[in-house]
This record gives sequence, structure tokens and C-alpha cells, in this order.
Amino acid sequence: MLLTITMNGINTQELGYLLHKNPQRAQCFELNFGKAYVFYTEVSDDRTTAALLLELNPIDLARGKLGSKDGGLFDYVNDRPYVSSSFMSTAINSVFGTAMSGRCAKRQELADSVLDLETTIYNLPVRSEKEFVKEIFEPLGYEITVRESVLDEKFTEWGESCYIDLTLKGKVKLSELLNHLYVLIPVFDKQKHYYISEDEIDKLLRHGEGWLATHPLKNKIIRRYFDMRKSYANKTIARLLETESETEDETEEENPQEQETLEKKIPLNTQRMETVKNAVLSSGAETVLDIGCGEGKLTAILLREQQIKKITAADVSVSVLEKAKQKLNYESMKPYLKNKLTLIQASLMYKDERFSGFDAACVVEVIEHLDIQRIPFFEKVLFGYAQPKTVILTTPNKEYNVKYPTLANGTLRHRDHRFEWTRDEFKNWCEHICSEFGYKAEIKNIGETDVEYGSPTQMGVFTKCV
Amino acid sequence: MRIEIPEFALVAMVGATSSGKTTFANKHFLPTEVLSSDFFRAMISDDENNQTVSADAFDLLYYAANKRLDRMKTTVIDATNVQQSARKQIIDLAYKQNVHAVAIVLNLPERELLKRNAARADRGYPERVIRKHCTDLRRSIKHLKKEGFRFVYVLNSQEEVDNAEIVRTKLWNNKRDEHGAFDIIGDIHGCYDELVMLLEKLGYYKNEQGIMVHPCGRKAAFLGDLCDRGTKNTEVLRLVMDMVKSDNAIAVPGNHDVKLLKYLRGKNVQMTHGLDITVSQLENESDDFRNEVAAFLDGLVSHYVLDDGKLVISHAGIKKEYIGRGSMKVRDFCLYGETTGETDEYGLPVRLDWATDYRGRATIVYGHIPQSEVRAVNGTYCIDTGCVFGGSLTAFRYPERECVSVKALRQYYEPVKPITKSKSEPDDMLTLGDISGKLYLNTKLMPNISVHENNSAAALEIMSRFAADPHWLIYLPPTMSPCKTSSLDGFLEHPIEAFEYYRSRDIKNVVCEKKHMGSRAVIVLCRNTETAEKRFNITDGSRGIIYTRTGRHFFNDTETEKQILNRLDNVLTQSGFWKDFETDWVCFDTELMPWSEKAQELLQKQYAPVGRAGRDGLTAAVQALEKLCDRGNVPFEVSKESSGQNFDPVELLKEYQSKKDAMERYVDAYREYCWKVNSVDDFRIAPFHILAVEGHTFSDKPHIWHIETIKKYCTGIDPVFMATDYICVDTTNEESVQKGIDWWLNLTGNGGEGMVVKPELFTSFYKGEVIQPAVKCRGREYLRIIYGPEYLNSNNLRRLKNRSLTRKRSLALKEFSLGMESLDRFVMKEPLYRVHECVFGVLAFESEPVDPRL
Repeated sequence: MLLTITMNGINTQELGYLLHKNPQRAQCFELNFGKAYVFYTEVSDDRTTAALLLELNPIDLARGKLGSKDGGLFDYVNDRPYVSSSFMSTAINSVFGTAMSGRCAKRQELADSVLDLETTIYNLPVRSEKEFVKEIFEPLGYEITVRESVLDEKFTEWGESCYIDLTLKGKVKLSELLNHLYVLIPVFDKQKHYYISEDEIDKLLRHGEGWLATHPLKNKIIRRYFDMRKSYANKTIARLLETESETEDETEEENPQEQETLEKKIPLNTQRMETVKNAVLSSGAETVLDIGCGEGKLTAILLREQQIKKITAADVSVSVLEKAKQKLNYESMKPYLKNKLTLIQASLMYKDERFSGFDAACVVEVIEHLDIQRIPFFEKVLFGYAQPKTVILTTPNKEYNVKYPTLANGTLRHRDHRFEWTRDEFKNWCEHICSEFGYKAEIKNIGETDVEYGSPTQMGVFTKCV
Repeated sequence: MRIEIPEFALVAMVGATSSGKTTFANKHFLPTEVLSSDFFRAMISDDENNQTVSADAFDLLYYAANKRLDRMKTTVIDATNVQQSARKQIIDLAYKQNVHAVAIVLNLPERELLKRNAARADRGYPERVIRKHCTDLRRSIKHLKKEGFRFVYVLNSQEEVDNAEIVRTKLWNNKRDEHGAFDIIGDIHGCYDELVMLLEKLGYYKNEQGIMVHPCGRKAAFLGDLCDRGTKNTEVLRLVMDMVKSDNAIAVPGNHDVKLLKYLRGKNVQMTHGLDITVSQLENESDDFRNEVAAFLDGLVSHYVLDDGKLVISHAGIKKEYIGRGSMKVRDFCLYGETTGETDEYGLPVRLDWATDYRGRATIVYGHIPQSEVRAVNGTYCIDTGCVFGGSLTAFRYPERECVSVKALRQYYEPVKPITKSKSEPDDMLTLGDISGKLYLNTKLMPNISVHENNSAAALEIMSRFAADPHWLIYLPPTMSPCKTSSLDGFLEHPIEAFEYYRSRDIKNVVCEKKHMGSRAVIVLCRNTETAEKRFNITDGSRGIIYTRTGRHFFNDTETEKQILNRLDNVLTQSGFWKDFETDWVCFDTELMPWSEKAQELLQKQYAPVGRAGRDGLTAAVQALEKLCDRGNVPFEVSKESSGQNFDPVELLKEYQSKKDAMERYVDAYREYCWKVNSVDDFRIAPFHILAVEGHTFSDKPHIWHIETIKKYCTGIDPVFMATDYICVDTTNEESVQKGIDWWLNLTGNGGEGMVVKPELFTSFYKGEVIQPAVKCRGREYLRIIYGPEYLNSNNLRRLKNRSLTRKRSLALKEFSLGMESLDRFVMKEPLYRVHECVFGVLAFESEPVDPRL
């Protein structure tokens, strides 16, 4: 909300010319999302400071502008009015646009000179990325001062706040400083207020001219600027490097699956899908139920197998099913494949006749998302009532977690995992299933197997006794 | 001719074209009862004579017939039906629907028909068609019974047709007008001594005629299997026959009784499963007695529908779709149950578990399968407790729904398979069909609440992924609406509107309760794990639960939950609650504090960061503006030279100082509801409703009773459990209203969340409709954490005052009705799926997008 720009040296009042704002005035500009006040807090020969105070109406943010029907993007209780966000970046462009372009009819020479400048960005929401701040600004020649704070001094156990007041000192042209701020403030902002359109590519390239292409973190800057919108980021990088662009038209997942990121070192998920697919095929199954299908990765693989004649993909979440539909290109699928596939919303907690009559059911990385007290419900629904001939079930092996550095302290692989089983626990459970519901089980390893801790994933293949 | 047909029947009109079937059908049946092939031909082709569409027309006709018969509606098929192939479809339908097929044949002379045909203006069939019809008909008549028509009536002349009278007779199983009370007694198997003991325990005595009767006119209802295996079979037969004949009892047959009847009729039966004992006893009896037994057994009807359809008795149980119907299929089911065709390790047939799937509203009491305890599932009760095998003889008292047993004096017969409890796990499994798609829920407070399928889909996800075991979830709290937006300056909410809401609905007395700023928590507590298992079907060894408004375990760690429950049990034991309320379990609606315990993420991700950024940012802004003002020489009036307008630094500084002040108050407001929890001692729980105990809900008690009772039984022993402050206000008395306002001002001035205003009675009505059970009135300072630190800025407040409560209030009423209904159903021991659908409904409504700040 507040940004100051200071010029040190001699005749520093001339900053007024460069900014095109008279130091003797206190001015207010109406922006379409709020008001910007520009004024000078000190004016002297050796030091002049201009302040940009941006005022946002919290009710506008929550309800949309007066008279609009859409409603706002933000909650009433919101940090936007008090932090340096994409709003600030837009305000810089609106209020100091000419200065940013480096034009100054009255003092062009000064505008083209490297000056002793200083800027303070108040409440920059950097979250835990304090190192990142250095990596971004130091290559541009700034000396950095950071003021940090606790979240609430009365509850120190809540830890540090995610905001810093960042002061940059450096010998740069004013237009360079403004362009840096314009591009780099939104890099720290996860909730941009504007819709990111393809025009933004041009804007970014224009304001990044002369420094972005050589910045060591340019890829990250660009990705973050586009808010993870991969396709734009790739196009921008490509144009920056003057190479062909990759055509990939999707938004990177907003919350990348923690589990998957973690396991990426070994392409475990691929191995898992492959192993499960092979187990399904060798069971001789022609009809398959994919329970907890998620975004449909396994379903997509099985759908392409000729042996499989019917596949029902079930998930409890309607939004996840919608995603699966998109990923599977359901609408434009070939009629034969489309006919093979049924997508249903279903729950493992409720007996469901649609689960009956399948050769095989796959339950891949699902049960650990159920509360352990409710596992008996799942058992009854699947093994007790639906009774597929074969059940292929995978779940993490907790013992293996020691091999992941970030899980050393006993945390589970995914925030939504309610439990993870050791090999013994899994084995006991499989035995319980066999004796209770009349199945035979075989336990297999998926992924690289450690002598001491076993494999990252354990798989049980259950076969109904006849 | 008097044509008797059962009150529920599938009637086929049989007759050549022009014989007057339609006229006859329309004269004797309701227009909606008659499905005419002509009508369906016209429906799809605009021409009732168009024979080329007959196949499709009959498809539709049978589709409609099926739907009628599903609802047990008598249906008349008005078509020629002169060919055997056409009638077969009717017989198949009757078989499928377990309904008696009746044929009414109009067998008029051929000449007559030809004459009528010739006179018809609209259509004239070729004569050969009519001749063919007549020939087919004449050939058919004598086969009709054999084809499967239970009743056949042939009218041979127009005169007979004109004089025919149709009488609908009651089905044998229909005893809907008998309302009891009943003492339903399970499989006796010749255990005469135990039977007498049981009857005496139930209050029966022998009258002068030597018949067992009840002083209050209660009737015994015997579930069959009177004989075999035990030692005193003839004695049992004598007693039961006497009671039934004198109308002191009713009885349905069991498989053993049917076998005995076969023997008595001289058929060849195997003398197994204890029949030999009965037979050898009967050999010592007179022929008269044996004939009397045979006649008695022969007259027994497979099952009875009693008490307006609310109670059904049968030997081996009955599926919902068989109730009230009559056919061999139904009879077999009632006698033997349903088996898979396989045998188990004891050589006994493997049974299909119809009770788990039973979703009917009628209570079903049956026997047949001996178990060590009564098995109650989904409103069905198997009360064969294996007396003859050394178990006990059990009676189910209706409408009391209590079981009364006497232990067997000894084991009379060795069971093939040990008699055990049915299963170790709960077998009242919920099915997706109970809750999927669009739901219509009927509650006592509000009829036919409909739940949109999108909402039920959302609820399915929440319920499946996050909720606790549904056996624990007997209630979810409703949402609560705020009072109408205040018209006073500087207030968004004010008590005046809350009082006015009730005053304008003729509610004179209201109770204002302090609103605790914590998180809603429902507590269910059983005195011990046995109660949890028996009453809630919880078998994991826990004896209670604390759950959130969405049915999720309040605490992630079970240890904290356990400690709180133990402490509550301790409090309730010391205060004598369990004794005074004669219950083994209780359900409380409470507020659990501190708020920070449950809202940790919200606080650290939203509330505190806004406070931090706000205080720091505004401080920096104020300092910058102070510097500007200190410069002093900034001209305010300067001619406009560019886009920017000049502003007055002093005014802006004032504005920012007041923003900063608002921000400080906001931080103070959220801090008020946060404290660190080091142990269970740091929690505070304020129960405000006693929702239910065994046998009772307390929605008929005034709120003051709830608060005072909670104060008496829950507080003062353990500081964790606290009382709720309240005052009463007379909405029609100005002085009293002012007192209420002052009380609220005082409460919220100190940072309190506000108050909840409730009508004196738990449920209140205005013009016949239930009204809001409570409205909240939140404090000025508290609302900063809802509407933002700067909401009181007059421009902001003006905009915020424009808000609509209609939707919120409608949700509040529906959710309240469903919540009360689920508790009622649980207390009335209705099956899990009936309780669950209400709880599920509340959760579904909670997924409705409504302004979360209301």
C-alpha cells in the first residue's frame, strides 16, 4: 500500500521532474480499483523522498465495485489494502508511466543517468521465501535491507509474519528501478487482481527489456509472474530466447500433489500404474472398477487395453470427476472408447449396487485417505457386497518414509493421508480381509526396494475364493 | 351375478370385440383403474383402431400397469384377451407382482356381436375377426384357471352382464384395523412351560374357560413354528389354538407347521428336525384333536399387516415389496426366508440378508433364525432366541417395542450350528440409494423438504471423506440467521430488530443467551462402551464423540476427546444426571472454546496476517503523512496542471489515523477469542441444549429449562464445563426491551461476540408455520472480524447494510426441522438410514452457497 522512492545526492529535488510529480504538491489519482496518493515526505538538496500511497476499498474488494453485480474476488477480511501486491504494480504503471518509459523532456539527461536511488516496499508478501528476495534483487545490483516481524506479538507461537518491508539501495536509472518494481512485485503475489491474458506477455517483455533476459532466475520470475500459467510462461521464455515455443495449453496444477512431488525422484507413480495395469491384465479381467479414480490416470491406461471391455471410474468428488473428464478428453473420445467408460460419483462408505459384477477392482492410493475408523465400512462395501473377483489395492509403505528427507520427523506423504501402514500392518490387514471375506491375497512391492525398509508402495492382489 | 375380487387384484377383461368390455369396466371400476388398449393405441398414434401400433401400445400399457401394481393399485386390463398368448402376459405380470389375477369373461352370443359390429359407426371389423374372437374365447374359457387366473367369472348373456355386481373383498393378510397392543412371540417349538411363564410374565392369566387372556385386552401374536424338537407340542397347540379361536391371539404359520400339516394330511414327510416328537405325541391324541390342528394350520395366512400398515408379522420375515400381497412366492418367503441355494459348513442353507436392505416404514417382527439375542436391523426384529436349544423365549411388545424374555428351563434339542449373536459388526449398512440424487425428506416440523442433487453430491463427498462414523451422527446443528440489519447509525446489527422479529410474530417472551465465541461442538456420551455398542452400534470400543457442525471429529487426537468425555461423565455422575434422567447416554449441543483451537489455520493464514500487515502498513502510512504535514509548506490550493487532484494532507492524516485505530480494535477483537491450550484444563465447553437422552428429546422444553438444567447438572464441578448467561425479555414491554439492549451493549462492549435471541419455547409457530428457532445479534467490535477492520466507516457500513437474509432464514428453518427430526427418529429407535438421511440433508444444505458472513 505504501511505496517510497528516495533520491540521494545533490539537487535531489529534481526527482520531481523525473517522476513528473511536483514536490510541492500532494496529489490524488483515481484509479479504477482505488486511489493513489503521491506526495513527498522530504525534499532537500541531498535527499528527496516521494511516497506512493495506494488506497483500496475493502468493501469493493469483497463485493465488487459499487453497483457491480459480480461480487469481489476477495474476502472482507483481507490483506490486499495493506500490502504491496499486483495492485501496487498496476498503480506504479498508472501514476509513474512516463517515468517508467525513461522520458523526461525537461531533464532527459538526468533520466538517462545512473542515480543513487533507494526504495522501500512496505509489506511485501514474501511468505517464507526470504532467500528468494535476495536471489531476485541482488543480481540487479541492489543492496538489500529487510525488516521482518512476528505474526502477532501476543501469540509468538504463531511464528513470523509473511510480510517484509524491503529496502533496495542501488545505482540505477529511475526508469530501471520502476520497471524492476513493476515486474518483480507481482512475482511475490499469489492472488493477482487482474485476469492474466496473453497481452501480459508483451507487457512483461516491454518492462523486462534490457535486464530480464540476463537475470539468472528469469524462468522462475516469468512463471511466477504468470501465476503458474505454463503456456504463457513458455511462450514468453521462448520469445525471450528467440526459440520455438512449446505448445502446451494447460495451467499447472494449483496445488501440486505433495506426494507426487516428493516421489518424483523415482518415477514411482508411473511404476505403480504400470504394475497395477499388469496385475489387472494378468488376472484376466475384462471389466474393471477404478475406485477413487482421481483424475483418471489409471483409467486412461486401462482404457487403451483391448482386453478391457468395460471400465467404471468412480470418485467421491464431483470436481475431481470433472477434471478426469477433461484429462481423458471425454467429450471428444472415440465412440468405442467412450462406450467402454462410465464415470460415476460414488462413495466407499455406502453400499452401492453399481459396484457389483466386476472382474476386477483397483483401489490405488485410496484407503490412506480414509479415516482408519471407517475402513471397516470400505471393507464391507467392496469385499463384502461388491465382491469383485480380483481386487488390486496399493497404499504407501510407511517404513520407507525415512528415505524421504522431508518426512524424517514422521510426517505422512500427503496432507490428507489419515494413516500409512508399515509392511506388517498391511500384511495383517490383508490377512483379515482374506479370512473375513473369503479372498486369497498376494503382497507385492512397487518401486525400488530397500533391504531394510522395503519398497515405497505396497500392493495387495486379492482373489475371491470360489 | 356377484363377482368377488380381492381388494388388490389384476383384472383381465376377456371378450370379443363389441362384447362391451369397456362399458362394463367403466361401470364397475374407477376410470384410472382401467387400462385400455384402445386408449394407448390412440395415445401414440391418434387412432384407437390402429392395429399396426398394438405392440408399442401394449408396451406402454404394461409399463403403466407395473407402476400401478408397484403401488398396490387394482388394475384392469381392458383388451380382448381372447388369445392365450395375450393372457400369458397378464399372468406373468401377476406372478411378478404377487397379485391375484382375475378373469371377467363376457361370453356373448356371436350373432349379437355381429349385429352390434354392423351398427357401429366408427369402425366395423370384418366379420371373420369377430368370428375368430368368439372361437378363441370359447376354446379358452375352460383353461383359464389352469393358466393361472385365481378367480374366473363368466357372463354368458347381456342380462347377466347387466346384473353383475362387483364386490371387493379384504385380503386375508389385511388386519390393518387391528391396532393391538400385541405381544409377539417367537418360535416356541413345543416349549410349553416357557410359553406359559412368558405369557404370565407379560400379564396373561387363565380365565374360567382355561384360556390365557390379558386383562388389558392385549393380544398375543404367534410367529409360527409352534411344534417340533420340544417336549410338549400338543400342549402348545392346545393353548395357541384356544387363544386364536377366542380372539385372544393371532398366528402366522412357520415352516414346521406347514410340514406338520402335510403329515396330518397323510402326505409323505421325513421325520426329521424334531417332527418325530410332535408326531408321537399326536398319536396319543384323538382324531378330533388332530383334525382340529389340521384345520387350524390350514387356515393360517402367510403374514399379517397390522395397525394401519405400521406393523407386519411373519415367520421368516418379509421383503418390502411382498408386504400385503399374496402368492406362492410371498408365502414361501414368509415361511422359509430367502436362501442362496448354497450350504454352509454345517450343511445348513446360506441365507440372504433381506433385513440389511429393508427400507420399508413398517416394523417387521419375525423369527425362524435362532440367535442368542434379538437382532434389530432397519426396523426389523428377529425374535427367535432359540428357546428349544437352551436359549430363551422372547416376546416383542408392540407398540412399546420392548423385548421380554424367559430363559429356557433346559436345552431340549442340540442345535446343528451353535447359536450365536448374528454378527460382530453393525449390519445396518447405509446404501448410496438412501442419499443420492434429489431427496425429499419429510419432517414433523416441515413437510417435504427437497434437497437438490448438486447439494447431495457435495454432501456425499464431505460425509465420505471427513465425517465420523454415521452411527454417532444423530444430529447436525442448523445454521443461524442474524437479526435484520439495523437502521441505527453506526450499527450493522442491533437487538431492536431481533426483539422485533419475535414481537411481530406474536412471541411475547424471549430469552437472550450470551453467544460464546468458540466452535460448535456436538457431544454424544454413553456411560460405557456396552451402551455405545447396543444403542449406537459402535463397536470400536469408544463410548462417545465430540463432533463439529459438519460431522467431523472435533479433535484429531482421540486422547483429548477421551479425556473430555471422561470428565463430562464424571460431572454427570456426580451431579446425578444419569440417575435423574434414567438414561445411559446423552447428546448435548455445545460451544467449545477457545476459538483458536479449531480456527488455527484461519487465524494464521488470514486474521493475524491482516492484522500484522494492517497495523504495520497503516503505521507507515501515518508516519509518511505526518512527515508531509510537518513540511507545512505544501500548498493545498494549487491550480490543476495534470490529472491529479490536490488533496488535503491534514484530512488524509486524520483518516489514516482512524483506519489505524480500527485496525488496532480489529486485532483486539480476534485476540479476545484466542488462548493457548496446554492441556484439557484450558478448554471451556458451554452446553446450551440437552438434545436427547434415551427415550426423550427435549424440544418440548423451554430454553430456560435447558439453561437451568445444564447449570444444575453440568457446571460447578469441573471448570471446563460452564454455564451460559442469559436474561429474559418481554418484547412488548419497552422497559424490558431497553434492559435487553443494555445487556447486549454491556456484553459486546467488553468484546463479547454478541447474543442469541430465542423464543421462550424451543419450537415456535406463527400462523401455523415454524419460525426461526433463534436469531443472533452480534457485537459491533466482533463484526470487525467478519466484515473487515474498517467496516464501520460510514460509507462502508452503508453498503454493508444492503444484505438479504431470506435464503439464510429458509436454510435455518429447513436445517432446524431436519435436526429435530433426526433426533426424534433416533430416540424412537428408527433405523440408521432414517436418521442418516436427515443428518445428510443438513450437510447438503450447508453446501448451499450463501453469504458465509451471515
